[in-house]
Amino acid sequence: MSACLDISSLSATLASGQRVLRSVSLAVEPGEVRALVGESGAGKSMIGKAVLGVLPPSVKIAEGSIRLEGTDLGTLSAKERRRVIGTKTALIPQDPLTALNPSRRVGPQMTDRLIHILGWDSGKADKSIRQLLDEVQIRDPDRVMRAYPHELSGGMRQRVLIAAAFAAEPRLIVADEPTTALDVTVQKQILRLIAQLQKDHGTAILFVTHDLGVVAKISQKVTVLYAGKVVEEADTAALFASPQHAYTRALMAATPRYTDPMASLKPVDDAVLAGLSAEIAAADQSWRAGHG
Amino acid sequence: MADARAIGQRGDARLWLAGGWLLVALLAAIFAPLIAPQDPLAQDLMFERLPPFWMQGSQPGYWLGTDSLGRDLLSRLIYGGRVAFIVAFAAALAACLVGSTLGLIAGYFGGWPDRIISRIVDVWMAFPPVLFAILLVAVFGTGLSSVIIAIAVIDWTRFCRVVRAEAMGQARMDYVENARIAGYGRLRIMVSEVLPNVVPTIVALLSLEMGIAIIVEAILSFVNLSISTDDPTWGGIIAEGRLSIHQAWWVLVFPLITLFLTVLSFSQFGEGLKARFDPVLR
Repeated sequence: MSACLDISSLSATLASGQRVLRSVSLAVEPGEVRALVGESGAGKSMIGKAVLGVLPPSVKIAEGSIRLEGTDLGTLSAKERRRVIGTKTALIPQDPLTALNPSRRVGPQMTDRLIHILGWDSGKADKSIRQLLDEVQIRDPDRVMRAYPHELSGGMRQRVLIAAAFAAEPRLIVADEPTTALDVTVQKQILRLIAQLQKDHGTAILFVTHDLGVVAKISQKVTVLYAGKVVEEADTAALFASPQHAYTRALMAATPRYTDPMASLKPVDDAVLAGLSAEIAAADQSWRAGHG
Repeated sequence: MADARAIGQRGDARLWLAGGWLLVALLAAIFAPLIAPQDPLAQDLMFERLPPFWMQGSQPGYWLGTDSLGRDLLSRLIYGGRVAFIVAFAAALAACLVGSTLGLIAGYFGGWPDRIISRIVDVWMAFPPVLFAILLVAVFGTGLSSVIIAIAVIDWTRFCRVVRAEAMGQARMDYVENARIAGYGRLRIMVSEVLPNVVPTIVALLSLEMGIAIIVEAILSFVNLSISTDDPTWGGIIAEGRLSIHQAWWVLVFPLITLFLTVLSFSQFGEGLKARFDPVLR
């Protein structure tokens, strides 16, 4: 059986020729949560956007392939690609405040996709949305579905978006730092909801985050990214038990801890970064030679 | 909360005052034959330059006095409103349709459609608008429809620029990206996701543009390039009043006040509507 998502040696460049993704390979098996960790600018969101077909126009995929359940997205026509992505994937976005259309009521925004893209009848779509709203613990679905987005709190909107993502019954959900824009107290609930729904629906998730605490809670596999390059890949438990790469160890040491806040706010060691930079520069040089 | 409500009420007062004046002026224009106390074209040299009703020497039935040919000023203003409102609605709608469509396309699609449309707008706006209007009317010939066309041809750029900027901002929002991921086409996203968020702006601009259209029409009338000189127009009355400012100031002042109130009301009405119907501001 083929992987739900299979990215192999994906490289992406800016118009200037600079590489932003450096031969990234990663796979998400059906029903598995894979975390994609890295600092800001490491290209982790870029990978999510590439999978969902919404890379900014300035970024071009130079090499490699993205397969959704065995279908190579690169070989499809634009229209066909939209259809495959639209039926097989969903996004839980980073910022729930701008991810809902402010001038449309929440209900139709949630059912639209089910009716127009997946071709469900409106009764089935409505029932499914209500079911999902119940699963994300929204107690008065009627009020929420009639509301405009600005009438709901950030946490409520994120729950609505999670419900909408799962309602489409996608094979793969890309969660792009879904808790970053939320209040700390809400973050935990949202994370628990995503984990619960993931377990119930068996949906594979590519979970993009910079927070190793989140990684430990939600994922089975981890890919660590630095400057668009995969640094380490492991089972979550194994990674936390014995990180292999110096960068991963440094990243873990830099995670803030309540028990000893001052000691843990340690920046990544310069020697580690220098080693990585040299490695990347060498790789880029040989890549450029090959792609002149 | 209290602040928001206070702002809402102030917005409402603005909406009602402006809307009230527009309604009165519009109804007067529609029912002009029933309301106007005199025939707006009837000349009576016995009654030339009668002052308004509160001044010495005024005549009953000539509330705002008469002009130098003895025509009743109030009746002329009421009939002049007909031309003003027809021009306001027709020209503003035409400008809005053309400008908003192009602006939406430029703002949402970006890239080469945006470059082409934006360059056209830049070139267009380099023409001085009033001279452009005079030139257009000179080409099309005078008459109501050429005045309307001229105003629409000049002013679509106003809609285009504002709608483009607004659509551009909306196109960057995550909900647009979400619709892309869900599998919707660009055209459908533009119409059903982006457009609803631009509509409040379009409405406000439309109302503003109606006021501007009235001014441009008055300017064209003032230089005698609007419709035939027999029909009273606000601009035409102002042009006549200017000649007799020392003998009969009211012939100049009352049409100016009417014009001012109407144009102000249009812009305020538009802002009020926007504040009321924008779900985010509301």
